[in-house]
Amino acid sequence: MVNKMRESLIMKIHYGTALGAVALVAVHILMRLTQNFAESLEYANVIANYQFLPYAGMLEIILILLSIHGFNGLRVILLELKQGKTYEKAVSYGCVAAMIGLIAYGSRTIIMVNMGMI
Amino acid sequence: MTQVPSIAEEQASTPLSSAKSTTLRIARFNPEHDDERKFMEFTVPYEKWTTVLEAILEVKKHFDHSVAVRYSCRQATCGSCGMMINGKPRLACFTKISELDSDVVTVEPMNNFPIIRDLAVKFERLFDTHHKIKPYLIRDDSEITSNEKEFLQTPEEVEQYIQFSNCIKCGLCNSACPTMATDSSFVGPQALAQAYRYVADSRDKGKDTRLKIIDDSHGIWRCHFAGSCSQVCPKGVDPAMGIQFLRGYLLGFRS
Repeated sequence: MVNKMRESLIMKIHYGTALGAVALVAVHILMRLTQNFAESLEYANVIANYQFLPYAGMLEIILILLSIHGFNGLRVILLELKQGKTYEKAVSYGCVAAMIGLIAYGSRTIIMVNMGMI
Repeated sequence: MTQVPSIAEEQASTPLSSAKSTTLRIARFNPEHDDERKFMEFTVPYEKWTTVLEAILEVKKHFDHSVAVRYSCRQATCGSCGMMINGKPRLACFTKISELDSDVVTVEPMNNFPIIRDLAVKFERLFDTHHKIKPYLIRDDSEITSNEKEFLQTPEEVEQYIQFSNCIKCGLCNSACPTMATDSSFVGPQALAQAYRYVADSRDKGKDTRLKIIDDSHGIWRCHFAGSCSQVCPKGVDPAMGIQFLRGYLLGFRS
């Protein structure tokens, strides 16, 4: 599927995720400014952030946007570094797998906090 | 019957007298025998109008005839004599020694091209990518079946692509492109500029075909817009601009 997607569609997603991430990360930084830096990283505050669902949802979206954008960027760099059918296939599928893995790992934290496991 | 001297004899008999001289450093490399590139230095007299190509030919005539260099028209039309001159891709016939503002002129083969010998490089990749983008008008009809004798265009329609039709396939843009240096499958600024030349032509109906060809993992999206292709073009073509226009079609900003 990754290899069959047109490059223009992939790049539209790439640019779109970048724009979305810039907007949401700006909101995220503004939220952090409501308290000082040390306070912001306190265990209780971090847990409270994850339990506040609108904010946790926004963090999840940022995670998805940045993972898609970042791993596609990595795919592009690796494709320019070396060429070859097998290598390119491995890079494309590897980046998708790593992207899914990172999103799953980040989502796991939010889900565990909201299920009271942390 | 008078005997006409050959061009070589005529050139060899031409005395060179000049108060100024420059050191011409020529890269020598034969992939069949040499492990690394070596430089040979020659002191060459020059006038205000002497080109780098003329200096190289001077070396061939008087010092070392084995220097390999490709050239033909000597007037920036054939695109044969592209090479690195003092580190920048230029046409040797279009570069005067006096305008280089340097006591030493170093000539090397173009970057991003396999070397045949010394300054001569292989053009297969450039011609392959050029051919790949279908560099001709694509139409369902033709002059044979149509009542029209010619495909008329307004000056505005010509303006859309005319600068891109000045390309002489010299390869300087591909030599200057940083992506070409790392991505051996990249289609390159020359082919992309030519793709735009035909996509922007109102007579052409092959836009979708060409956009599909360049919309590839080693196609138009691998351009990082360094702009070096446009900077080195001796014919004033702006491949970087053509690439951005093509991206506009693919992103839906142009139709």
